[in-house]
Parts: sequence; structure tokens; C-alpha cells
Amino acid sequence: MEPKDDNISAMCKPAVGEAGRTGDWRDATPIIDHAKCIASVKNRPACYLCWLYCPEGIVTAGVPVKIDLEYCKGCGICAEECPSKAITMVMHEETGK
Amino acid sequence: MSNVQIMTGNSAAAYGARLSKVQVVSAYPITPSTSVTETIANWVERGELKAEYVRVESEHSVMTVCISASTVGARVFTSTSSHGLLYMHEQLHWAAGSRLPIVMCCINRGVGAPWSIFNDQQDSIAQRDTGWIQIYCRDNQEILDSVIQAYRIAEEIYCPVMVCYDGFVLSHTMMPVELPDVDQVCQFLPPYKPHTILSPEDPRNINPVIFPWQRRDAEGVLRDGYMDMRWKLQRALEGSRDVIVRASRDYAERFGRDHGGMLWGYRTEDAEVLIAGMGSIATEATAAADLLREQGIRAGVIGIRVYRPFPRTEVREAFRKAEAIVVFEKNISYGYEGALSADLKAALYGTGTDAPVHNFIAGLGGRDVKTGELVEAVRSSLAAITAGDREKQTWLNCVTE
Repeated sequence: MEPKDDNISAMCKPAVGEAGRTGDWRDATPIIDHAKCIASVKNRPACYLCWLYCPEGIVTAGVPVKIDLEYCKGCGICAEECPSKAITMVMHEETGK
Repeated sequence: MSNVQIMTGNSAAAYGARLSKVQVVSAYPITPSTSVTETIANWVERGELKAEYVRVESEHSVMTVCISASTVGARVFTSTSSHGLLYMHEQLHWAAGSRLPIVMCCINRGVGAPWSIFNDQQDSIAQRDTGWIQIYCRDNQEILDSVIQAYRIAEEIYCPVMVCYDGFVLSHTMMPVELPDVDQVCQFLPPYKPHTILSPEDPRNINPVIFPWQRRDAEGVLRDGYMDMRWKLQRALEGSRDVIVRASRDYAERFGRDHGGMLWGYRTEDAEVLIAGMGSIATEATAAADLLREQGIRAGVIGIRVYRPFPRTEVREAFRKAEAIVVFEKNISYGYEGALSADLKAALYGTGTDAPVHNFIAGLGGRDVKTGELVEAVRSSLAAITAGDREKQTWLNCVTE
């Protein structure tokens, strides 16, 4: 009997960065103007819609909210959903490389 | 105490699954496979078989249920035919790629268009390259025994197995079948040990996107790339020959019935012409061989029992001394020839066996194949070979002009 092969079928466990550093896929970066954040729970300035809509789960639900640029792919869904237009997608400069 | 009952091929298949103590069964009815899972559904409903019976809206979903159930550690069974099998096609690749030991009966039936409910083997042959092992049965006893053996093979090498048998010819024809003792079957077939169990305590993503190259996962374990995994599936099927032969031999020792491992022979020792086939047409060829011998032609039969993995070594040995080979088969690889004929010739390439191979496409869509017609076909082949015709394709009993 052969020893058990971890690779007999393809699988991965939930972990940060399982798919690699996906932040380098990004060609536009979300910049948050925290002064525009709308207060919600306990009157603190964060409505968390960006946290809720982020498909990558890389927005931290603190005050203020933070985006992990190591894994943000720059899809812009947070900017699209933000009711106070606090998030701007800033296109990267063409580097010509 | 032997327990012999007269039953159809479909009943034999259902008893095979029951004796293997399957835990999850999912199916969508399609002629001629329907009564296999209909029988099992009755047993489950009456509490005679402790299994979960999952009704779904299509064969595609049937195979997804089988894949899911097998992934969480259940022994699963299903059966289908023709368009049902074709509808599963995508999921057949998923089952094999996930290395799940699912056992399915394919009750062979022709494929549309136009509609036919009758027998040929185009359906399962069309699934040849999905990574499933394919066994072709010649009678109802072999169907029952092969289903039980299929679980042993599948669970040892983690590959799915398709047990194929001819629609109506076997599925709806009654024969005496010996039912093995359930405790003895348990000893032959140990419980299923999954290679991985998906459970809420240990969450994981099964079959994520795999890159062309190897890479380390977040825990630092080196994971295969896509091509490495495909090679392992190929190696598993190539290596399954020994497992298939061993399962067949062990079964024979315990139950007294040997269906031949990869292939079987009939009156081959001194044969001047060897007839090859799969399933019931090979059974019929044994009767044709007897008649040919009465007419002074030394004929023998090689029945290919396992088509994938192809019995390369066994075929080379079986046809080593052949002077003439006649292949009868119920499928056509359009634009070339019958699939068995092509594979058989490929296996003999470069071995020094230089026998002429004549290919008869027969019985498509249920067209009757009579023993006398096989006899005449072999005689005409031998006459053509004597006249120098080394390679020939003939559509038996078919209007071709």
C-alpha cells in the first residue's frame, strides 16, 4: 500500500493568501477619505458597506475601516457601493515597463 | 448454501449494489436502466437497504450528488444509459479528477439522433477518455459479481468504475444468478476509507483553480500543478490492472466464479481465427466458435472484459499466435473504425504479431445479431484474407449501398 498522497485530489484550506499575493493584480487602488465616512453603529464614523460588499474579504471592520492592499485586486466594488463617495479608485500610472 | 434466483440483468445489478451495502444512491430514470434504481428505491423505502435515495432532476445532478456523497465518505451507486450518460459527461471528468471511487452501471443503449431505446455500446465508448475504469459484462451473474468487485477496485485505487452491460439483451433477460452470502461479501469488500473527508470541523476547498505549475499552499505544502495530477490519474488507471486481476482472483477463490480479470478466452489454444468482442456479442461469439469448429474452422474467442485500462499486455499474449483476427463490436468511432478494433491493433503494433484484423460493426441501435450471421461473417473474413484482404471494415447486416 502506497503512503497517502496529499495531492491525490486538488484542495486547499481557507487561509490568508492561499491564492498568492493578489494585490499585484490591481491596476486601480481604492483611497478612502475617512472624513466622508457616514456614522452608523454607536455614532462612530463607519457604515461598513465597503466591508459588506468586498468580494475578497479584505476590508477590516474597524474605525476607521482599512483595506488590505496586499490582497485588494482593485475591483472598485467598494467605491461603487459607498453611499457618501468616500472611496476613490485611483488608476495606476502607466510605467511603460 | 447456494441461493440461486432467476433474475434480469438489472435485478442482478441492484443486488450487487445491495450486497455492497451502498449508502447513497441517486438516479434519474432512463430506459433500459430504470429498473435497477427502481428496485433499489423499493428496498430503501421498505427499510430493507439502509441507504439514502436522492431524487434529482437530471443525470448531471445525479453525478454531482454521487461526487458530493463520495467526498463526505459514503459508498455511492448509480446507473444510467445512453443520453443520461452523455448528460453526465462533464461530471464524469469531475468524479475521476476528484479520485472518487463511485460505481455506476451503464446499461448500454444507442445514442440519438434519431431516437433509439435499443442496445449498442456507443454511449459508454463515447465516455472512454473520462478517466473511468470500464468493465463489460457478458451475462447476469457477471453483472452482480462485477459490481461487488468494482467497489473493491475503485476503493483501492481511488478511481470510479463503470460496469457496462447490454441493454435489453442482458438488462431485461432473465437468467439464473447465484446471490453470494452478505457476510462473505463483507469480508471481500472492506468498508470504504475515503482519501479525504470533507467535514465542517476541517473546512477545505475541494478542486480549486489549479495552476499549470506546482506551488506551495498557505501552509507551505507543495501542491501539484494540473498536469502532475493528470499524470497521477493515468498512473492509477495503468496500475489498476493488477488490482483488477487480484480482485477477480480473490473473488473466484471466495465465491467460485472467475470472470477473467482483464479478458477471457474460449477455445483459443489451437485457434486459427480469433474472434474479439465486448459484452454479450462476445458471449454470442462463443456459440459461433462452436459452430465454426463443427464446420472444420478452428475458431476461438477473446472477450475483452476491461476496456479501460486497456489490457495491453494480456491482448499481446492472447493474440500472439493469431493467424487471423475478427473483431465484432457495437460502436463506431466515426471517420475511423470500431474503437476496440483500433485499440487492439494499436496494442499489437511492433510486437511481431502480424495477423490481419477484420472489423465488423454490428448490432447498432439494437439490430439483431444472430449466431449464424457471426459464423458467416467469420467465414467471409477468412475467404477475404485468403484472397489477400488484410484490413477490412464491414457493417454487418446493414444496407450499405
